Amino acid sequence: MSTIQHYAAPRSLEEAADLLRQGNVTVLAGGTDLMPQSKAGKLKFQPVLMNIRNVEGLRGLTETGGVLRIGATTTITDLYDSDLVKSRLAALWQACDHFASDQIRNAGTIGGNICNASPAGDTLVPLLVLNARVVLAAKPNGALTQRVVPLREFFVGPGKVRREPSELVAAVEIDMPPPGFVSAFFKFGTRPALDISTISIGFGAVYEGGKLRDVRVAFGAVAPTPIRAPHVEAALEGKPLNEETIVAACDAAGQDARPISDVRASDWYRREMVRNMLERMLNNVRNG
Amino acid sequence: MSAMVDITFKLNGINRKTRVSATMSALDMVRDVLGLTGTKYGCGEGECGACTISVDGITLNSCLMFAADCDGRDVMTIEGLAADRKGEALRDSFVEHGAVQCGFCTPGFVMQAHHVLEKNPDASEAEIQRGIEGNLCRCTGYRKIVDAIAGVAAAAK
Ligand SMILES: Cc1cc2nc3c(=O)[nH]c(=O)nc-3n(C[C@H](O)[C@H](O)[C@H](O)COP(=O)(O)OP(=O)(O)OC[C@H]3O[C@@H](n4cnc5c(N)ncnc54)[C@H](O)[C@@H]3O)c2cc1C
Ligand code: FES
Ligand code: FES
Repeated sequence: MSTIQHYAAPRSLEEAADLLRQGNVTVLAGGTDLMPQSKAGKLKFQPVLMNIRNVEGLRGLTETGGVLRIGATTTITDLYDSDLVKSRLAALWQACDHFASDQIRNAGTIGGNICNASPAGDTLVPLLVLNARVVLAAKPNGALTQRVVPLREFFVGPGKVRREPSELVAAVEIDMPPPGFVSAFFKFGTRPALDISTISIGFGAVYEGGKLRDVRVAFGAVAPTPIRAPHVEAALEGKPLNEETIVAACDAAGQDARPISDVRASDWYRREMVRNMLERMLNNVRNG
Repeated sequence: MSAMVDITFKLNGINRKTRVSATMSALDMVRDVLGLTGTKYGCGEGECGACTISVDGITLNSCLMFAADCDGRDVMTIEGLAADRKGEALRDSFVEHGAVQCGFCTPGFVMQAHHVLEKNPDASEAEIQRGIEGNLCRCTGYRKIVDAIAGVAAAAK
């Protein structure tokens, strides 16, 4: 473990961005990843530890003009308790419902889940389905600037994201889905609580008149990062949701999922799980 | 040696000032710096809930929280809850239902049960079970713990 020379708890985004510009900062939100990683020696602290939980305006959900902004320090419990998330973003709500335990949901933040960039990060799969964008704040020349990156392009590999060291993830933005949009999240682990996903699937589409449109499918834990599944999406887009379409979509899943074998499951098992669970999810949508 | 941080916060209703290392967990602070040993170290990884404390009215695993993050907050440990009427009701119910064997998990369960009932005073049995998912008990098999919490929920009705 490297030593921390300075601990800071800024109260404004300006102040936080100033500290980041000076460099050598480890950002701390809920600490549910940072603490175990630092204790296990997997993470080396930078000389400055910056706690962002007191930064004003970073926590909470606001909807303006059809765009939902979720502040980076919004906790998983905040999302889980939100009526808006529950009623309109079912896949995200279901992911929160399957997330760890109450104590961890109370501490863990959405910004931390995104920046930790685990291939099995539970909010990441529904956020990909919702075409989420990451809002990054920085202060390069004395003035606060914002950069927006589609979440889909944000992940580089396990624990690696396209964030400059001088940037703070300030929020996630989602265009509220259109009327008739249905979505769902499925996570498979070996026990209900406190389990890392063996695989997870997110699905979203407008389902009207028996047909699917604006289809979005994402997989967790079957590749180095959470991914969208373009082959599955193509197999479903514009199609009536019948037996034949479902079989075609499940066949296509093999082209999108590139799982590995590890202590939790073999690659073969993961592929079979994706196939079978996708079939089950699509049948659930079909049967309402 | 990592930086030391001076923090001020409320501990079980009383204002406290202390000095902690920037890397220290809230659990280590509570036990080793403040000397309150009711909060237990089970796994140190967020898996068992033995270290559950309440911060600004919300429970979390103190083994995952940075001690410095307690600055300015309202922290309650089992010692604080034990002195509270609601804590007493839970304690009595745990005893009455035989929900304590070795007792190592008990402070964490009582803290979390208190939080579950504060948020949802007439929590159903299923809701109680969901609420305590983050707490492990090696002895009781959970049935009596759930009954003890449900007993307090029923008494409040
Ligand atoms: C027992 C246990 C069970 C868990 N179960 C699950 C689970 O079921 N599903 C799941 O997805 N995760 C799970 N996790 C992982 C973890 O709880 C989540 O990833 C959580 O969302 C992390 O949020 P945090 O605020 O605690 O992050 P922190 O630990 O504070 O930070 C995580 C990382 O993100 C960086 N960071 C945080 N916020 C920002 C920001 N705004 N800008 C830039 N960088 C930032 C930090 O520097 C750090 O690298 C579990 C963890 C534990 C210990
Ligand atoms: S000691 Fe904190 S959860 Fe086990
Ligand atoms: S009573 Fe022994 S661990 Fe629960």
